[in-house]
Amino acid sequence: MNIMHPDGGGGVATENLFAQHFKNDEARFIDYYLNKMGGYTALKKAFGMSQDDIINEMKKSNLRGRGGAGFPTGVKWGFIPKQSAKPKYLVCNADESEPGTFKDRDIMRYTPHLLIEGMVIGGFAIGAHHGYIYIRGEYTREAKLLNEAIDEAYAKGYLGKNILGTGFDFDLTVHRGAGAYICGEETALLNSLEGKRGEPRVKPPFPAQSGAFAGPTIVNNVETLAVVPFIVNRGGDWFSGLGKIERSGGTRLISVSGHVKKPGVYEINAGSMTIREIIYDLCGGVLGDKKLKAVIPGGSSAPVLTADEIDVVYDIDPLMKIGSMMGSAALMVVSEDYCVVKLLGRITKFYAHESCGQCTPCREGCKWMEDVIERIEHGHGREQDLALLLDIADNINGKTLCALGDAAAGPVMSFVKKFKSDFEAHIRGGKCPNV
Amino acid sequence: MAKILSQKFYDEMNKLEPRYPNKVALMLPALHAAQDETHWLSSEVLEEIAAYIGCHPAQVREVASFYTMYNLKPVGKHHIKVCTNVSCALRGAEEIVGHCEKRLGIKCGGTTLDRKFTLHEEECLGACGTAPAMMLDNDYHENLTIESVDRLLNELEAK
Repeated sequence: MNIMHPDGGGGVATENLFAQHFKNDEARFIDYYLNKMGGYTALKKAFGMSQDDIINEMKKSNLRGRGGAGFPTGVKWGFIPKQSAKPKYLVCNADESEPGTFKDRDIMRYTPHLLIEGMVIGGFAIGAHHGYIYIRGEYTREAKLLNEAIDEAYAKGYLGKNILGTGFDFDLTVHRGAGAYICGEETALLNSLEGKRGEPRVKPPFPAQSGAFAGPTIVNNVETLAVVPFIVNRGGDWFSGLGKIERSGGTRLISVSGHVKKPGVYEINAGSMTIREIIYDLCGGVLGDKKLKAVIPGGSSAPVLTADEIDVVYDIDPLMKIGSMMGSAALMVVSEDYCVVKLLGRITKFYAHESCGQCTPCREGCKWMEDVIERIEHGHGREQDLALLLDIADNINGKTLCALGDAAAGPVMSFVKKFKSDFEAHIRGGKCPNV
Repeated sequence: MAKILSQKFYDEMNKLEPRYPNKVALMLPALHAAQDETHWLSSEVLEEIAAYIGCHPAQVREVASFYTMYNLKPVGKHHIKVCTNVSCALRGAEEIVGHCEKRLGIKCGGTTLDRKFTLHEEECLGACGTAPAMMLDNDYHENLTIESVDRLLNELEAK
């Protein structure tokens, strides 16, 4: 099956779970979902299964979290204690804050009922009676569409009290963020949900023990929860088989942006394509047929790849093996005439701006790196600045409460190492050699 | 103290309250709803939210000041936020910002003298596949060009 969107984006997958419904303005309504997509049949099936059965199917599916960390979802659900004095919660991370990522937006605006059904099943599996969708504050339209879909689900009895006469209750609430990258980090998100500053918490305790409002909590990405109905309906083995690589099941929604001819959201079988194939076959090649300079493969925090490294299979383990990461499956493509020093400066400025300020290495180090990169970009760099940048990055990496520090350090270390001659040319020649 | 926020605000909050185990969790929804009414969050508005939630006004301010979407200073009638993060930068966001600054006669962070427009650079909006993108008040505008930005501004100026 090969479905292309009229305005770029589209999907190439043997099993197209999402992309065929994207750009279809009818797909978000419950009637379409019930009649054309087999909507809420998975929920009926799940109610006939035990909680352990559902979690076992999830484990078999080899579904790995789609938010960035790639943690096996079934294993995560298994961490929730069976008995708990405090209410349990299922929280959907719809913050979509990693720069370059925009796939969850399509799920929420075109197929919101997949997410809702996935959350009711997830809530049933872990014994939670309330779910929250924490959506980035800027997505006002998507929040509205989600609320409309939730109202439809309440009206038809798929949410609320005694769902489908089973005695199971589940409420779902959309909670808007307010502009903070850090709230994509799950414990910062939980603080934000509780009405606090979005500062990450010290772990342990992990959210599965003490999360939202101190109750056992699972936090999953939008896409992760939206594939749950497929897994319940067709089985973990089937989903696992969609992956063309070990330990990675299903299809992947990938966000491609930057210097490609056809940017957009694409759906591919996990591990079925290399980065080269994605850029040149799916996305029509580099904009203006220019030469490729760099690819940031997993959102702006992923260590950069050079044009010589793009024959890697685009999935979690192969990218980790070459020292980068798939993250939220956001590919940012850079052509030869864009200054990589300027690009790194822009990335680092972002992390300096978004550092919550709790940990000194991140708060001070990110700003310091931003300043050093800026002076290099503008021709005022010194010979020792590259060693200084690597030293600052090394003193942030792994030394902070959450992953934001690593997210800022990774790009600096990889850009400076892989594009050293560009940085040196700025320092020695006072300007960019490529622009 | 006379109330600034409308009955609609209080109705909305009372409807949301049973959805959370405590009232402090209404903080972000309350700040959003208040800002929708008053465009920016003055000390008086923050105090009114604190009184509703039952916490100290400083607690409301410490939260509001953490998030970029809450305006703690007056803004113009229309708030333009142009994304300049990586994907938008790669697709020409700098030119869009430069054009807005020139046309409105203000720098990023500024408000026009007639208080009609406030301009800000914004971090990633999650619209990277349709870059460059911006928010105009609560709406997204994507695949921006100098011409499309001009059309938008022309419409607003004509109003």
